[in-house]
Amino acid sequence: MTKKESEISFNLVSRHKLNELTSSEKLKFILKEVKKGKILVLEHGLTPFEQANLIENTMKEIEEDTFIGVEMEGLGEDRPTFFQKLFGYSKKPRVTLIGPANLLKTIKKDNDMIQTKIIPGRGAK
Amino acid sequence: MGLFGKVSLASILQRIFGKKHAKIGIYGPPNVGKTTLANRILRDWTGDIMGSVSEVPHETRRAKWKKNVKVENGGSSLFMDIVDTPGVATKVDYKEFMNTWGLTKDEAKRRAKEATEGVIESIKWLEDIDGVLLVMDSTQDPFTQVNVTILGNLEARNLPVLIAANKIDMEESSPATLKSAFPQHPVIPISALTGYNSDNLYTTMVSHFSKKRKKKRR
Repeated sequence: MTKKESEISFNLVSRHKLNELTSSEKLKFILKEVKKGKILVLEHGLTPFEQANLIENTMKEIEEDTFIGVEMEGLGEDRPTFFQKLFGYSKKPRVTLIGPANLLKTIKKDNDMIQTKIIPGRGAK
Repeated sequence: MGLFGKVSLASILQRIFGKKHAKIGIYGPPNVGKTTLANRILRDWTGDIMGSVSEVPHETRRAKWKKNVKVENGGSSLFMDIVDTPGVATKVDYKEFMNTWGLTKDEAKRRAKEATEGVIESIKWLEDIDGVLLVMDSTQDPFTQVNVTILGNLEARNLPVLIAANKIDMEESSPATLKSAFPQHPVIPISALTGYNSDNLYTTMVSHFSKKRKKKRR
């Protein structure tokens, strides 16, 4: 019988690292890490289009017994002020938590807090 | 009889400023009552239905649509192509269909496979619609990633969205929570099952979706 990993791997990914990647590189990187069983905390969240693409890519990658999808939760976007809007500032998504759905479960979320639960015994390989 | 005879001011304004036709997607997570609502709309305006409903999630796994559904609001009206989309989810586990809903392993695996394809199809439809009726379960936490992702995409595209706070026939429902969670969009409490407040929904659909907007492309 294979021994399950008891440790959970959390990776905090900096804004700088994310900004260096194109959208498609970012999504590839996230899915690759999450499929390994890692939980990622992105300092700078995904845009709505990237979130939709991540869901689409996740659906393509689902494997019956090894990968059932992702759990993803981010705090709401920064609201630009009137003057920021005037000068073309767009909304910026804030910190986001992404992990494998068999490992990470959201308990509660509101504008200011995300409560999650980690299901033990299913850590990163 | 007034200056304009039987023609109402609303219909005159709509002719000048509004749209007469819009493709409206019914979106939301699985099991919030999208197809029940689509059936309600079609039954009320065409006498037809859209599709089967079930307690088992992901019952709708291919998008279905009905063209030219005329919805009226006093003197004004709007022709809508109603698209009932499969539930959007970030995970699909065939074991849940077996353990919770008693499907056989083969049925569960097939349903899960089709459900993943359905989610992809729903996301692709976002490119091709003029507005969204976003169905939320008013007994549940509204800040789900699916709701946030769909709303974010619609806002980025400048598409009109109307939130249907469904299942208000249930005791634990709280449409007020949805209203305070998404104050930037109209929220209509409704029971798609009983039809409660559907007249209010239709009135808002006609006025909200007939407004002309400049659609942003990606």
